[in-house]
Amino acid sequence: MQNKLVSLQNIRVKFDDDEILKGINLDIYDKEFVTLLGPSGCGKTTTLRIIGGFVTPDSGKVIYGGAEINDVPPHKRPFNTVFQKYALFPHLNVYENIAFGLRIKKLPEKQIKAKVTEMLELVSLKGFAKRNVNSLSGGQQQRVAIARALAIDPKVLLLDEPLGALDLKLRKDMQIELKKIQQQAGITFLYVTHDQEEALSMSDKVVVMDNGIIQQIGTPQDIYNEPKNAFVADFIGESNILDAVMKEDYIASLSGYDFKCLDGGYAKNELVDAVIRPEDVDVVPAEKGMLAGVVTSVVFKGVYFEIIIDINGFKWMIQTTDYQPIGAMIGISIEPDAIHIMKKSVYSGVYGDYSSFSDEVDNPEVETSNEVNTNL
Amino acid sequence: MTKKSSFLQKLIVAPYMVWAAAFIIVPMFFVAYYAFTDRNGNFSLSGFIATKNYIPLFIQSIWYGLLATVICLLLAYPIAFIISRAKPTTQKVLLMLVMIPMWMNLLIRTYAWMTILQDTGIINHILKLLGFGPVHMINTPGAVILGLVYNFFPYMVLPIYTVLLKLDGTLIEAAQDLGSGTTRVFTKVILPLSLPGIVSGITMVFVPSVSSFYIANKLGGISLIGDRIEELIRTNINLGAALSLVLMVLILVSISVMNKFTDEDGGILV
Ligand SMILES: Nc1ncnc2c1ncn2[C@@H]1O[C@H](COP(=O)(O)OP(=O)(O)OP(=O)(O)O)[C@@H](O)[C@H]1O
Ligand SMILES: [Mg+2]
Repeated sequence: MQNKLVSLQNIRVKFDDDEILKGINLDIYDKEFVTLLGPSGCGKTTTLRIIGGFVTPDSGKVIYGGAEINDVPPHKRPFNTVFQKYALFPHLNVYENIAFGLRIKKLPEKQIKAKVTEMLELVSLKGFAKRNVNSLSGGQQQRVAIARALAIDPKVLLLDEPLGALDLKLRKDMQIELKKIQQQAGITFLYVTHDQEEALSMSDKVVVMDNGIIQQIGTPQDIYNEPKNAFVADFIGESNILDAVMKEDYIASLSGYDFKCLDGGYAKNELVDAVIRPEDVDVVPAEKGMLAGVVTSVVFKGVYFEIIIDINGFKWMIQTTDYQPIGAMIGISIEPDAIHIMKKSVYSGVYGDYSSFSDEVDNPEVETSNEVNTNL
Repeated sequence: MTKKSSFLQKLIVAPYMVWAAAFIIVPMFFVAYYAFTDRNGNFSLSGFIATKNYIPLFIQSIWYGLLATVICLLLAYPIAFIISRAKPTTQKVLLMLVMIPMWMNLLIRTYAWMTILQDTGIINHILKLLGFGPVHMINTPGAVILGLVYNFFPYMVLPIYTVLLKLDGTLIEAAQDLGSGTTRVFTKVILPLSLPGIVSGITMVFVPSVSSFYIANKLGGISLIGDRIEELIRTNINLGAALSLVLMVLILVSISVMNKFTDEDGGILV
């Protein structure tokens, strides 16, 4: 990851007095796969459109190749977009859609043909050249949109929830295909999604946004293992987030028990948030547990059981391979490296308790975004 | 998938069938009947044979119709474009302004233009006050074109406006994204996609312009084919009917030629 390709510096955008982006700072490096992840309405599309040139920021700078490009119109920017709804030209067939940008460049017909053929092969749509774009399936249209954008060799490909309209199976296939295309073509991708699994599995770098503010930038592992605040911890995967007190370095007290942990550098008795992932909690007999509580719900998930236990009024989610009946008294044990300590933030206390759990089971994918909207 | 329509379906479309029979098929039958008969009701092609005397008039009428259609298109497209991009409330007002003349009878509108264009009319009155000599406007070809354009203008604006309104804005962004500046966004995306509206606009203006009557008579002091047919219906209904049939065929042919041009890939425009 050598040279910086695009930078956003303190970008602010207002729509009708609503501040939508509140000071976005982001560096995108050459050949990187960067994902913008966040709940609906957090400003992902707006950020993408700023780079594409379709929205002008009220303040801040968009930098490309060391120069400010705030006033450069979209058609003069070396970035191409795969729009959320594909935006294929209905009056042109597959071939002409992909050739569109090449014709604008006034390339010779032979070169256009070679490039379009190459692109069709890249997105596995050989033999579809003459097809009407309206007769294609969602996945095929999406691949035409990618081919069209890639055909004119963009420096950065901007993708706005490109897989949003596809069913789960096709989405998984396309994720793999997209990643392959990105590596083969050696192009920088800026990818928007609100699907955390998609973000974690595809990206070199994940940018978690909420409410027009970047909450955290990091590798997928960073984001998952070292979330900066309760919002990130909750948005990425399942997590129990509890109030804790740092008794001293490496000792965090939560729910009345002093846990060993690996975090230090906090003030004595500082109030913090502690994150414990459900899969990192071990179930032990009640008398041997660091903490103990009563099982209030059990759901079979195939590989494991997802159980909720009530410990001193806080509902923990635990994933375990051993069945525990409702009403059973069980103990839990947590290794030091399974506890992650975070500074208090505006999100503290908003997330991380599973007392409204039944809602979340019904709709695991949209659960997080709904919760954010209602709670903010 | 052809299913035999049920009795109920037949019952539902029955009123329309009656209406179509009474107001479309029966009149057409009478036109055809008169066209192929003579004064005494005997079969005769004399009406069609006499048509050759009217060839110059047909050409003149089609020429006027074409000119009016082209001018309508050139004026209406930018206006439809502006309306379709305006705020919804502004759109309503602008559309209303385009449509208001349609609420008035064609004869009254044409009469109004007569008084406006006269040598002693309001325009010349104002010109005189400004110190310019009277400009002769009434009874000129220009006045005929003005009348045709004025009367049929809304029929060009509305279909184009409708198509432009439905045009997906992200397609425009996609074109920009792929390197098109304003001109090429227009020629490569907006224009081809608004072709259906243009075609129906042209049809809706060209057809009534070619067959119009009264307008040319009052504003131009001339008779176009429509005026002549109107006179003939009173004096020689057989010839009038024959001319009507020929006019109808000519219009159908020109429309289908135009559709041929635009159907292929939605490509070139006339
Ligand atoms: N042109 C606009 N005018 C007014 N408000 C806008 C405009 N574009 C976006 N917004 C608002 O800005 C906020 C952020 O929108 P944006 O499209 O960037 O969200 P997003 O993160 O892409 O959400 P989603 O996941 O639902 O696509 C929303 O509240 C939206 O209503
Ligand atoms: Mg969006």
